[in-house]
Amino acid sequence: MPGQLLRVVTAGSVDDGKSTLVGRLLHDAKAVLSDQLSAVEAASERRGYEGADLALLVDGLRAEREQGITIDVAYRYFATANRTFVLADTPGHVQYTRNTVTGASTADVAVILVDARSGVVEQTKRHAAVASLLRVGEVVLAVNKMDLVDFAEDVFDTIVTDFAKAADGLRLERFTPIPVAALAGDNVVDRSANMPWYTGPSLLDYLESVSPHDLAAIPARFPVQMVMRPRTAEFPDYRGYAGRVEGGALRVGDSVIALPSARTTTVAGIDTADGSIEQAEIGRSVVVRLADDIDVTRGDLLAVDVEPRPVMTNRVTATICWLSDRPLRPGDRFALRHTTREVRAVVDDVRSRLDISSVSSIHTGELELNDIGTVYVRTAEPIFVDPYELNRATGAFLLVDESSGATVAAGMIAHV
Amino acid sequence: MTLAADELTLERAWLTDLEDEAIHIIREVGGQFERPVVLFSGGKDSIVMLHLAIKAFWPARLPFAVMHVDTGHNFPEVIEYRDRHLGRLGVRLVVASVQDSIDRGRVHETPGQSRNPLQTVTLLDAIAENRFDAVLGGGRRDEEKARAKERVFSVRDDFGQWDPRNQRPELWDLYNGRHRPGEHVRVFPLSNWTELDVWSYIEREGIEVPSIYYAHERAVFDRDGMLMAVTDWTPPRDGETVRSEWVRYRTVGDATCTGAVSSVAQDVSAVISETAASTVSERGASRADDRASEAAMEDRKRQGYF
Ligand SMILES: Nc1nc2c(ncn2[C@@H]2O[C@H](COP(=O)(O)OP(=O)(O)O)[C@@H](O)[C@H]2O)c(=O)[nH]1
Repeated sequence: MPGQLLRVVTAGSVDDGKSTLVGRLLHDAKAVLSDQLSAVEAASERRGYEGADLALLVDGLRAEREQGITIDVAYRYFATANRTFVLADTPGHVQYTRNTVTGASTADVAVILVDARSGVVEQTKRHAAVASLLRVGEVVLAVNKMDLVDFAEDVFDTIVTDFAKAADGLRLERFTPIPVAALAGDNVVDRSANMPWYTGPSLLDYLESVSPHDLAAIPARFPVQMVMRPRTAEFPDYRGYAGRVEGGALRVGDSVIALPSARTTTVAGIDTADGSIEQAEIGRSVVVRLADDIDVTRGDLLAVDVEPRPVMTNRVTATICWLSDRPLRPGDRFALRHTTREVRAVVDDVRSRLDISSVSSIHTGELELNDIGTVYVRTAEPIFVDPYELNRATGAFLLVDESSGATVAAGMIAHV
Repeated sequence: MTLAADELTLERAWLTDLEDEAIHIIREVGGQFERPVVLFSGGKDSIVMLHLAIKAFWPARLPFAVMHVDTGHNFPEVIEYRDRHLGRLGVRLVVASVQDSIDRGRVHETPGQSRNPLQTVTLLDAIAENRFDAVLGGGRRDEEKARAKERVFSVRDDFGQWDPRNQRPELWDLYNGRHRPGEHVRVFPLSNWTELDVWSYIEREGIEVPSIYYAHERAVFDRDGMLMAVTDWTPPRDGETVRSEWVRYRTVGDATCTGAVSSVAQDVSAVISETAASTVSERGASRADDRASEAAMEDRKRQGYF
C-alpha cells in the first residue's frame, strides 16, 4: 500500500446501485473479510435474497436497515497495491443533500452514479452541483446497470451528452464517464468483456491512477491551533505555533505576515516531534518558530507574504448549504467557525437560491433545509479569508447555532 | 535523520497523512476544550493514540489526563505493560474501576457474564466526577459497520448517549466541539485508520506493545468459534478441552470476551503480513460480545459505550 490517501465521495439516487457498487469495489479489491461476507450472506438468506447482497456490506445503521436505505455518510477503507482509499458513501434521497456536501468537502474525487435506464435526473444535477461547488477536483460519471440496457453504447453516449450539458451550467469543467454494471462487476475492478466499445479504464483503475487536481497552488496559509510554550528545563525559552499547512508549502526563511496584527516576520524554524524540517508541504501538522517575538495566538493566521494574500474582513459573500430544519432568515445570528477561529456573525441578507432543475439562481428571502444559496455574512470580529476556489481551508466556514451547538450551515466564500 | 528514515517516510506517505490528520484533531481538542482525557487501555489503538497525543504537543508536555476504565479482568501482561509504559512516558494514570462501581452498587454483576457492558457506567461516572469535557478514544471506523458513521467529534448528552440519527454534519477539517454543560464530546483521532495502518505505524515508529500481541504458547480451548485463554475468569467448562497452541491477540480488551487467534507472528513485521493476509476482521476474530446480534455494537454505542 504505498502512495498517499485518495479521498473519494460516492453519490447517487436511491436504487441506482450505489451500495452494490461500493460493496463490489470492496469485495473485488479484496477489502471484505470472510466473516463480514458470511454475515452478509446470512442476512441475505434471512431476507430471502438469492446469493449475497453486497449492498448489505455497506449499510450501517439499524434505522437504515429497517428502511432499506442509506441515511448518513459512512466511511470505508481499502487499499490496493497502488493506493490507500478513504471512501465517503453518501445517501441518495434529496433530503440528505447535506450528507453529500459533507462527503464532498474533503473529497479528491466524486463518483456520481446514474441508472442507465433513467439517465440524468434532477438528483444527478444536484450531485454535480455539489461536486462543482465544493471544488472536488475530479468527477466520475458512473453509468450503472448497463446490463439492463443491453450494454448499449448509444444509451451511454446520450447520458454522457446530457450530463455534459448540465455540467456546463454548473461550472464543472471536466468529468470522466465510465459504463458499469455493479451487480455483476463489469468495469468496476476488471474491464468488461460485455462492452468492447468502451476503451477507457475500469473504475478502480481510474481511482488508482488519477492525480487529484491541485487546489493548493496558492502560497501557504497556516492557521494557528495553539501556542507551544513548554517552559521545561529542556526547552526553557521555546515558543512555537502549532498548526497544519493549508495551501502550498511553507519553508524556513519564508517571509510571512501574521493576521490580525499584520506584522511581517520570517519563518525561523519548522519543528516536529521527529526533528526539524526545512519545508512543510500541504497537510503537514508542524510547529513553526518565527524570527521576531510577535503576538500570535490560536485563531490567528500566518500567510506567506506574497500575492495573493488573505483578506482581513468583516463581511463576506458566500454560497452556503443550509443544514438545519429551521429555515434561515435575514438577521439570524450564529457563531461562525473559520479555520481555528470562532467569531459571532449575522446573516444580513439571503440573496438567492440555486434551482437545481433549471440550474439557475432564483431570488429568495430565506433558505430551507438542503437549499444551496448565496448570502451576505457580517462578523463581529475580522476573519482572514481567501475565496474558496483558491483555498478550501481558508475559504470554508461553518455556522453554528449558539444555543444548541448544532452545525447549521456549510459556507464557501465567494468574494469579500 | 538518515536517508533510510526519509525513504521510509516516502514509502509510507499514507501513514504520514494519517498522522498529520490525527495530530491536527488532537490539537483542536487542546484548543477547544478545558478538561480533555485520553482513554488508555493498554490496547494497540490506545497506545498509538497516546503516542500521537504526545507528538501533537511536543515539545510541551501532554496537557490531557489519561484514564483506564479497568474491568478488573485483565491480562496480567497488559497491566504490567501499562504501568511500565506510562512510567517511562512520565504520564500519570487515572484508573476508573468497574469493581468500585460494583462495590458502590452502581452496577450489578451477573455471575458468569462479561463485565464489558458494565464499563459504560464506570466511564460515565468518571467523566462526571472529573468534569471531563472531551474524551479521546482509539475507535476506528473500519472496526464495525455502526462505527463507520461515527463523527470525529461526537457529542454525547447528559446520559452519555449517542444519537446516530442526529449527528452534526462534519465538514472539511472544521471540528465543532460546542457542547452544553453536562454534555461531553467523544473524539476519535484514529477514525480513518485501519487495523493494518495501526500495525504499520507501530512498526514505523518503533512503538512497544504488550507481549500478548505477538505469538506465544498458551493454554486455550474453543468456545463459540473462538480461541479462549484459560484464566481465572474463563475456566474451561465441561466438554471444553484445553490444549496448548501458538496464539496472539488482535485486541486485548476484557479477558472474558477477548479471543486469541492462531499465529506464528512473533514480531511486528510478521503481524503485518498476517494482518494483510487475514480473511477475518479484528472484531470477528476477537470479540464475543459483538457477535450477539447484527446490531449489537450500535445498541451499546447508543447507551454510551466507547
Ligand atoms: N441489473 C442490475 N441491477 C443492479 C445493478 N446494480 C445494482 N442493482 C440492483 O439495484 C437495486 C438497488 O441497488 P442498491 O445498491 O441497494 O442501491 P442504492 O440505493 O443506490 O444503494 C438492487 O436491487 C440491486 O441489486 C446492476 O449493475 N445491474
